[in-house]
Amino acid sequence: MTALLEVKNLSRSFGGLVAVKDVNFTLEAGRITALIGPNGAGKTTCFNLVAGSLNPTSGQVFFEGRQIDGTPPEIVCRMGIARTFQIVRPMRDMSVLENAMVGAFSWTKSVREAKSKAYESLESVGLAGKANARTDQLTLPDRKMLETAKALSTRPRLLLLDEVMAGLRPTEAAGVVRVLQTLAEGGLTILLVEHVMRIVMEVASNVVVLHHGAKIAEGSPAEVVADQKVLDSYLGAGFHA
Amino acid sequence: MKRWLAGAMVFIVLTLVGLFADPYFISLMTIVLLFAFLGQSWNLMLGIGGQLSIGHALFVGLGAYSVGVLYVKFGISPWIGLSLGMIIAGSVGAILAWLSFRFEVRGIYFALLTIAAAEFARIMFGGWEFVGAMQGLFFPAPTGAIEFSMLRGGAGFYYFVALALAALGIIGTELISRSYLGYVWRAMRDDEPAARALGVRTFRHKILVISVSAAAAAAGGGILGLVQGAIFPDSIMGMGLSVDVLIGPVVGGLGTTFGPLIGSLAAIPLNHLMSAIGDSLRIPGLNNITYGIVLILVVWLLPDGIWPAIARLCKAIQAPSRVWLPHLRKAEE
Amino acid sequence: MLSLWLNVLASGILLGLVYGLVALGLTIIFGVMRVVNFAHGEMVVFGVYIGYWAVRLWNVPIIVAAAIAAVVMFFFGYLLEALIVKRFVNRPHHYQFIVFIGLSLLFSGVLLVAFGPDPRPTASQLSFRTVSLGFVTLDLARLQAAITAGVLIALLGAYLRFSSFGRALRAAADNRLGGLVVGLNIPRVYAVTFGIGAACAGVAGALISPLFDAQPYLAVDFTLLAFVTVIVGGLGSFSGALLGGLVIGVAEAIAALMFAPSMKTALPYALLIIILIFRPRGFFGAKEI
Repeated sequence: MTALLEVKNLSRSFGGLVAVKDVNFTLEAGRITALIGPNGAGKTTCFNLVAGSLNPTSGQVFFEGRQIDGTPPEIVCRMGIARTFQIVRPMRDMSVLENAMVGAFSWTKSVREAKSKAYESLESVGLAGKANARTDQLTLPDRKMLETAKALSTRPRLLLLDEVMAGLRPTEAAGVVRVLQTLAEGGLTILLVEHVMRIVMEVASNVVVLHHGAKIAEGSPAEVVADQKVLDSYLGAGFHA
Repeated sequence: MKRWLAGAMVFIVLTLVGLFADPYFISLMTIVLLFAFLGQSWNLMLGIGGQLSIGHALFVGLGAYSVGVLYVKFGISPWIGLSLGMIIAGSVGAILAWLSFRFEVRGIYFALLTIAAAEFARIMFGGWEFVGAMQGLFFPAPTGAIEFSMLRGGAGFYYFVALALAALGIIGTELISRSYLGYVWRAMRDDEPAARALGVRTFRHKILVISVSAAAAAAGGGILGLVQGAIFPDSIMGMGLSVDVLIGPVVGGLGTTFGPLIGSLAAIPLNHLMSAIGDSLRIPGLNNITYGIVLILVVWLLPDGIWPAIARLCKAIQAPSRVWLPHLRKAEE
Repeated sequence: MLSLWLNVLASGILLGLVYGLVALGLTIIFGVMRVVNFAHGEMVVFGVYIGYWAVRLWNVPIIVAAAIAAVVMFFFGYLLEALIVKRFVNRPHHYQFIVFIGLSLLFSGVLLVAFGPDPRPTASQLSFRTVSLGFVTLDLARLQAAITAGVLIALLGAYLRFSSFGRALRAAADNRLGGLVVGLNIPRVYAVTFGIGAACAGVAGALISPLFDAQPYLAVDFTLLAFVTVIVGGLGSFSGALLGGLVIGVAEAIAALMFAPSMKTALPYALLIIILIFRPRGFFGAKEI
């Protein structure tokens, strides 16, 4: 197994508050890894550190062997890491297709090429039929998938997804899980940040658990759910399964 | 395609106006077309690029002075003056953008920086004897003969220059909108962090859109100076001009291709009419009141401007079904 | 030579206090509502005209004229907010700007219609009287304006700090949502805020009416001056507005001594450009706009 992304001793504090402390993990190519933890565990901070939206206080992030921490987000994207946002904000007065085209301009200046890539991205998340719709006509699950399609258009080798399944009904989430599995089978590496553990169990092959900014467990979903520290962090100390 | 047919018809009508209308109307329409173009440049920056300038007079003035100084002082062709003005204004725009975005100064602060730069330049030019200071810079009176190489001619000639410029502005905006720049700029306008996450290098694109807009405004300013026959710092670089530039696109429709032209067609004749009424009744300021009320009402009631409203109306008349059944829009394209 | 400089410095500080009051009006409105009042200069000019007419018609002292301006402009600002501005508070910044440019055009048009374009000299006897304090000689109108402005700034500061409504204002400025949660009547807070802002501008206008000829075209200069002042100090900061006023007042006075008159007017803009480049949020600026 080769590590596509390697996070080493990553820490970030805001003023006196340590949001992420000394976190290590690696992402293996072609697999889905989930970063989970209760509210305020530092998941989103960790995510933003990898995506270049935040600079770490200390520690490093390596992508394909190159150090990328502190690199601005647009450059991180151009290196092959795409991300979505937790709050879905599609560009108004642009159609679904046009929204999906923007990412393609990180590697081409041709509108025609961007259009065909955008169709391909929409296809892979099941939105091709709504390509000409306005974004305000989309349902919440569709919008979340549009965010994923936008990111896919940048032709990433690593896809970072910030709570794509939050707020979705179980059947809708199942659809998203299928999409992600198909993408991973196509060779894409995915890092999921999720609050809800159950969904993650179905899709991730490796799970990293954060609590109070520190990594408390890592392993397969089955190993993680059996870990007493993880249960304590989610349910309060003293809970026994 | 229909849009372009309609656009071509508008320009045929405007050409006929230039050939047959009376001189007063032609000179009014020359100003309308010039401000349509200047509005187009401003619209590119805010409506597509998302950057607000309230000091566009700076770029207009730089263009006008480049043409004026080279022609009046050295007898050099306005074509060269226009090119130089565009380079200077484009560079000044780029420098302003670079300075402020370097520190993540945006929104209100950038807008205030543009107005401060414009006022600073106005006062500097007003104190600069070489360019005529407050007394202004005068072009020699036109002989009436058309000299294309020197961009000199009568009122009719300048009407067609302004018409060509307005057409160029519309075609240019449309081409930019359809190119990758249009997509990338609109993405940046709507959500900068999201655009960056999609690989858009927003820092350089903001500088680029401001620079392009400034250069276009300078081209319009150069022609405006020639048309008016004289350049005064207070009128070509003043707050008033910055406001005149933004009225067209705001009234017509921010970010739309035809908005600035439609808005200028509506607003500038209204302004002239109100000035004329004010003059005859000896009530100065009537045009200011009208402009003020129009701006407030448009933002309040028609924030997208009048052009989208007209376009919707046309569509509704043409084919009601398309309005009611959005899924049919796909077949249309 | 020293006494010349001291005089310049003193007159700059005096006028700077009045600029501080103008800027305070702008900054309070911005701090609470996140709205940049582009028609602020017109409100100052309204105050100048109120001062002019009050003195001419009733021959009242300038202090009384300033009190009248305060009351009139407070209600003017209150109504303006409640009738027009509130419709645009949650719109994007550029729309707000355009609305305020519209208001500014409207007000300057009204001033032109009402009073005509010609300047009206308001010079009273006060303008020519001076007080000598050892090294410095101050003219009385300026001194009076500065003292009144200084007292008002202090009172307003105390009001914002200690009264319950003042605290509510500051809560709303800190966090709009938080203000809503603790049950502030936000529409009323906004209207009162705008009233206070307009009153600051109006009072400052009335106070300087003996020093400036009343003229509609002054408005643009005052608007821009207020912007410069506020940005030097930092948009939304109370002490910043005061500091900015003093800096601009003194800088202007020094520039008047050293440069040609036309260059003197350029100085605040040069200062603003420098500040925006090196210290974009001013000395006490809000963190995020």
